[in-house]
Amino acid sequence: MSATWWAVLLATAGCYAAKLGGHSVPQRVLDRPIVRAISDALPIALLMALVAVQTFAVGQTLVLDARVAGLGAAIVALLLRAPFLVVVVVAAATAAVFRHLGWAV
Amino acid sequence: MSAVAGGVGSDGETRWHEERRGIVANAVGVGLATGAYGISFGAISVTGGLTVLQTQVLSALMFTGGSQFALVGVLAAGGGALSAVATSVLLGFRNAFYGLAMAPLLRVHGLRRAVAAQLTIDESTAMAVARSVEHDGGRASRLAFWATGLSVFLFWNLATLAGSLGASALGDPKVYGLDAAIPAGFIALVWPRLRDRRSWAVGLSAAAVALVLTPFLRPGVPVLLSSVVAVVAGVLAVRNARVGS
Repeated sequence: MSATWWAVLLATAGCYAAKLGGHSVPQRVLDRPIVRAISDALPIALLMALVAVQTFAVGQTLVLDARVAGLGAAIVALLLRAPFLVVVVVAAATAAVFRHLGWAV
Repeated sequence: MSAVAGGVGSDGETRWHEERRGIVANAVGVGLATGAYGISFGAISVTGGLTVLQTQVLSALMFTGGSQFALVGVLAAGGGALSAVATSVLLGFRNAFYGLAMAPLLRVHGLRRAVAAQLTIDESTAMAVARSVEHDGGRASRLAFWATGLSVFLFWNLATLAGSLGASALGDPKVYGLDAAIPAGFIALVWPRLRDRRSWAVGLSAAAVALVLTPFLRPGVPVLLSSVVAVVAGVLAVRNARVGS
């Protein structure tokens, strides 16, 4: 089995364990202020780190390319309260246009 | 039983029928809206190198958008399988808290609990907690959970398939700017959580940590290490709350 399959199945098992754990463990195990506070901050930290890396990194190198324009367009779309699919399409189209016009690689 | 009481009872039933219709309509609406980003997930996943089958397994069995995007994103960036798994599972940890909130409402065991757990995601929990449990003992709230969970599951999986098949038909992803769709997807996922100065501080610090570490570590590891920012933020938040009280 390939590494990708292992990753898919392991992560799936882990995510399901979190869901089932919430339904099964006694309230007091999870319901502590510190666990809750960290858990509230986790998605924000991880998703923003992913935004940064997926915009500026190619492997271990930091670069400025058309993805930055795409991210900028996505933020404008979000400020205009566009739905998810529109945000993603606007970002992709902006990056494609920048490359097509030779403004960015 | 008197005729009057019977009349009140059927009034109540009529109201419940109307409420039930409203809940199901909302559930379908949320399902359709979520389906829209299921399309992006399907497209991004196969663009990132996963097969159509792997992509579909994620939507059916993992079934929690943020974690699915994270796994695919880290793998696509050349990250190791382990950091992809760890990032994905950490992002899915919030569902444990949704389960904690839903368990006393649903009161299910065995197979039903196993299914309820799988349907415990942002949308189903939000729709369930939006209904008051005061007047009906949670009947509307439970229906909102199940209807929204099943609706999102259906549309999310159909949309994933449409997106993955559609993207496999395309050529070089860079031509269509699909590599820019990945960060756009992540910023759209985090956007509703960036509500105040503290959340912005957490988010921007985590982004900075990940970028600073990028040249020195294998792809995927910097993102994982940015979770330290969440731990620090959590500790500070609890300490501040104690000082404040």
